[in-house]
Amino acid sequence: MSSKTLYDKLWESHIVRQEADGTCLIYIDRHLVHEVTSPQAFEGLKLAGRQLWRKSSIVSTADHNTPTNEWDKGIQDPISRTQVETLDANIREFGALAYYPFKNINQGIVHVIGPEHGATLPGMTVVCGDSHTSTHGAFAALAHGIGTSEVEHVMATQTLVAKKSKAMLVRVDGELGFGVTAKDVALAIIGKIGTAGGTGYAIEFGGSAIRGLSMEGRMTLCNMAIEGGARAGMVAFDEKTAEYLQGREFAPKGEQWDKAVAYWNTLKSDEGAQFDAVVELDASEIAPQVTWGTSPEQVLPVTAVVPNPADQADPVKQASYTRALQYMGLEADTPITDIPVDKVFIGSCTNSRIEDLRAAAKVVKGRKKADNVKLVLIVPGSGLVKRQAEEEGLDKIFIDAGFEWREPGCSMCLAMNADRLEPGERCASTSNRNFEGRQGQGGRTHLVSPEMAAAAAIAGHFVDIRSFA
Amino acid sequence: MKAFTQLHGLVCAMDRANVDTDAIIPKQFLKSIKRSGFGPNLFDEWRYLDHGEPGMDNSQRPLNPDFELNLPRYAGAQILLARDNFGCGSSREHAPWAIEDFGFRALIAPSFADIFFNNCFKNGLLPIVQPAEVVDQLFRETQEAEGYRLHIDLAAQTITTPSGQVFSFDITEHRKACLLNGWDEIGLTLRHADEIRAFEDKRKQEQPWLFA
Repeated sequence: MSSKTLYDKLWESHIVRQEADGTCLIYIDRHLVHEVTSPQAFEGLKLAGRQLWRKSSIVSTADHNTPTNEWDKGIQDPISRTQVETLDANIREFGALAYYPFKNINQGIVHVIGPEHGATLPGMTVVCGDSHTSTHGAFAALAHGIGTSEVEHVMATQTLVAKKSKAMLVRVDGELGFGVTAKDVALAIIGKIGTAGGTGYAIEFGGSAIRGLSMEGRMTLCNMAIEGGARAGMVAFDEKTAEYLQGREFAPKGEQWDKAVAYWNTLKSDEGAQFDAVVELDASEIAPQVTWGTSPEQVLPVTAVVPNPADQADPVKQASYTRALQYMGLEADTPITDIPVDKVFIGSCTNSRIEDLRAAAKVVKGRKKADNVKLVLIVPGSGLVKRQAEEEGLDKIFIDAGFEWREPGCSMCLAMNADRLEPGERCASTSNRNFEGRQGQGGRTHLVSPEMAAAAAIAGHFVDIRSFA
Repeated sequence: MKAFTQLHGLVCAMDRANVDTDAIIPKQFLKSIKRSGFGPNLFDEWRYLDHGEPGMDNSQRPLNPDFELNLPRYAGAQILLARDNFGCGSSREHAPWAIEDFGFRALIAPSFADIFFNNCFKNGLLPIVQPAEVVDQLFRETQEAEGYRLHIDLAAQTITTPSGQVFSFDITEHRKACLLNGWDEIGLTLRHADEIRAFEDKRKQEQPWLFA
């Protein structure tokens, strides 16, 4: 038998049928459902008189529209409220394995709560009407975002119509330096391959630096596979995966657990498995990263200066650099560490887990927010993360520094709720997208790690966390 | 779904790379629970000079005269000519819904983001990948000749320029059949319900913990 990649194994174990042109019907084990991309799918089911194929595959929460403060007042925006209430009604009518509505202690960002409850397991196919579903690949699962038509298709048939992608291995060997995180690795990879570098591929992240990451770090990395163009990112199963999952609500127990682990241990690429593309990075060469433009590939080490469009030979690239600098209000050749920030956002499905909050708190402890920084939002990824952080006293550290300690949700990652940037405001953000208008029309986003965001909040501008004493 | 067979349509050239779905349809319009009506807010932040919110009368809003879609020469365009990595970012199907609702039926670019590309086919939109040099040529020709139209024939998998030059394009048989016939994919899949059930039963035996 020939050697297989992890992706081969995950793909092949889910093929229900295959057409002559290679189009497959792929079985879906877990379907995560949130309020923004599901109402039209439920509506479609109703209009066609269809039912859910397997309601026990569905785990659902409201996260995009929910406010992060003044929960006692409910959802103020009537359109947001309607969308959340529509999800409530749809889940009531159709059912689910688990539903964590607005204000429930288990509510949170869908990509944080899936793993938290053990609802994401190795060997699964996991889909959601959300591009950051790639997060769940950290558990040796095949996980990717889908559109609403596909949400409806999975609801009605428990399958997806799909063709196999190509396989890419991104291997990061060596040791990450002090202050360099999974977020920096993700941004460095995107800087290297570009935002379309992974288009048409499923990426497996491997190498000693990846094995050295915690599950939270692996989730951060896989989360941003989509920012490199790959719908799915994944990491092989190992003892860290098992350790994270054991004892969680929907993880197998007892004899089932042993049987599952025996199977999960096969979820790695075989020796000699062939990839369609291999990208290699040396972990020791990765510095803390900061994006300077309006695409995640427009990223540089914190020690660099803002690039000059005139140095770009390709005219399309030159135009996009010029446009990005204009939008970002930046001059070429400015040192990144000279860029001041107006707001700081620590949260999102990329960086809102307990480990992220601990790392930020460590930087902040005993310090105060800089006077030029108007607002620092700390938004935990879920109610459980929030409770854990409060048990550890992290909330006090943030509040003492002059930061705002909020309720869980997607918040200012995409600004569908009230948390947003005003035109021209500049933000150090731990989220995943620095697109024009992403955090509010006219807002300027710089993507960084939680440590770098916390340090920027204290200093009032970007600083190299490695020398921030 | 609306079937797609042939199209003889006006081309609108949008000369920028990495156009993301946040730009195609900004987040505030994602709060709708409907599938239609997104066309007036397509590229909202680029297209209008003010800030758009759901429920506004878009016909009264100030247009950005420099934005491609607002140029009189592109009025009624049905083919969007774009650059690399069009549709990157969020998986929101509201992006193809807005593009289709606006009146486009086909897109041509050197590359599309995977999720967006896939979403197009579910909505009667045909995204066509062409080599960078062909896209460059089409950009030149569109910008030089007002009223530039292309003829797209899905059955033949060809694009024909006004001068008669023909470019072919790839599409999977499955997607082609669905588009040509306007088929409902769920209905098609449910013809294989027995196979899905058999697969599921086997899976329950082998990995019962997935069905807890």
